[in-house]
Amino acid sequence: MGGFWSHVVEPGFFQSQTVQVALLVGGVVAAISGVVGVFAVLRGQSFAGHAFGDISAAGGAGAFLLNISPLFGFLGMSLVAAGCMEAIGVRRVRGRDVATGVVLGAGLGTSALFLYFNTTLHSTSGAAISVLFGSLFAISTSTVPAVVASATGALAVVLLLYRPLLLSSVGDDIAASRGVAVRVTGAVFLMAMAATVALAAITIGAILSTALLVGPAATALRMTRRPSTAAVTAAVIGAAATWLGCLLAYDSYYWPPVDHGWPVSFCIVAVILISYLVVEAARSHRFRNASVRDGSEIRAAGVTPHLGAASDGGHDALGTSRTD
Amino acid sequence: MADPASGMMAGTGPPVLELDGIGVWLSGREVLRDVRFGIGPGEVVGLIGANGAGKTTIIRVVLGLLSPTSGRVLIAGRPRPRRNRSVGYVPQKISLDPEMPLRSRDLVALGLDGHRLGVPLPSRRRRELVDEMLRAVGATHFADARVGSLSGGEQQRVMIAHALISRPKLLLLDEPLANLDLRSEQEVVDLVARIAKDQGLAVLISAHDLNPLLPVVDRVVYVANGHVASGTTDEVVTSSVLTELYGHHVDVIRLHGRILVAASPGLSAERGELEDSIDGATAV
Repeated sequence: MGGFWSHVVEPGFFQSQTVQVALLVGGVVAAISGVVGVFAVLRGQSFAGHAFGDISAAGGAGAFLLNISPLFGFLGMSLVAAGCMEAIGVRRVRGRDVATGVVLGAGLGTSALFLYFNTTLHSTSGAAISVLFGSLFAISTSTVPAVVASATGALAVVLLLYRPLLLSSVGDDIAASRGVAVRVTGAVFLMAMAATVALAAITIGAILSTALLVGPAATALRMTRRPSTAAVTAAVIGAAATWLGCLLAYDSYYWPPVDHGWPVSFCIVAVILISYLVVEAARSHRFRNASVRDGSEIRAAGVTPHLGAASDGGHDALGTSRTD
Repeated sequence: MADPASGMMAGTGPPVLELDGIGVWLSGREVLRDVRFGIGPGEVVGLIGANGAGKTTIIRVVLGLLSPTSGRVLIAGRPRPRRNRSVGYVPQKISLDPEMPLRSRDLVALGLDGHRLGVPLPSRRRRELVDEMLRAVGATHFADARVGSLSGGEQQRVMIAHALISRPKLLLLDEPLANLDLRSEQEVVDLVARIAKDQGLAVLISAHDLNPLLPVVDRVVYVANGHVASGTTDEVVTSSVLTELYGHHVDVIRLHGRILVAASPGLSAERGELEDSIDGATAV
């Protein structure tokens, strides 16, 4: 028993300060990304969420160039991008992808420029890898309080807007007719999402931040029918995947190629993907069994929404007349 | 135009809703001109017109989502406040993915306090109110299903419960019968009429076809070319009133308790919009 566990959890794993920082920052950021991700997916803003990751890379690269804390680079750039998207018109369904695409293009261009200067002027060629793919094990202890504080702030904003956000994801007109300030709510959520993604970008890298935002949320949305449970589930999946990823990355030192550990970002993303696939497989298995017993379950699964609705007219009518 | 709009209150009490000379211009085009009608407590009024005639614009003005260029909206005799939850609203369709984790009871509860900040705390009173509302619209047996996975008729019931849980005096339904099969259509109409009578609710229900609403409407507001004519069905849906409203000769045929509205031959080719209107108003 002890022998087995010492193989899984390397002795000294929890004592290492690097690991402690990684578990703390990674866990907090992943949990909050999960909660924000649920709303991003519900509101159809996953693309904007992904764009913040890529754009914040420009800020990260700029911070390397100016030799300031990457936290301010990532966070600042992402928030500026959110402001630009809001100004261009990200709130309109039709303008959403255009606004995101325009800002994303500009951000990536800037990112390319800064990374080029980093390589040619400062010969800090590690900047590109570190900005784009990140490393949870390279976070400096001094930025921990700021990262945790900003993440908590973003979470507080999203929890505050919980009901108006849900209502406007059903329909902006419905929300507005209930007295929700739809435009302000959307803009504030966009800022909170920008901050969250920037923090995720620092944690597991700009390109992989999408995995933390969308992955746990997508898995959670398949597991529950309640919005609150979905948010909590996504937070738990995100944090658990991040911790498991850290553990695997630490263990990978003994995997081939021997003496070269695998990137922690890869390990985290792999765990997220696998958890999604497992839930998806379990779900389709369950629905295959359920649909044999009860045809209406097929419609609940959304497999044949239109056909189901039409052919279920009788069931609907029977059910509703029963209550009268 | 013969204007049956004035002196329209069939019921007693003061009008719950009154539109007083509403005009709307949108991107340089006059969409509505001098729209006036009212709805009293317990009255069901049908807002009838073709697609694009201005029905949704009227509803958006009443909801305060659109400011009219001229005229006033009075609710219970007072100018409409900017944020007003005394108006219940059921939109034409809700964009809910079947996968979206939002149960019928969650959506109904959002009708109670969806505008509030913060996460809702579990409350027995809130739960009882939601259950009671779900029962009132006959949605109890799909209370725990995802709203996006329900049929059109079931979604309408849930949305009606969502709109009514805050006890509004006025309920607006935008094309609630669009995309419903005949049976669900009848059930939704009966439900709305029953609730209106039981609770003394004023109801404005828009539709492109008057016929499914005939058994329940107290009066109709007919919209065409940005103008309205309002009054009882017998007053408004006549050849002379509709001819004046459309600006072209229109025949009104009553057949087995249904009303068919048709343009005179030759006119529809001349004006495409007229043809649309006629199609829309004709029972199939």
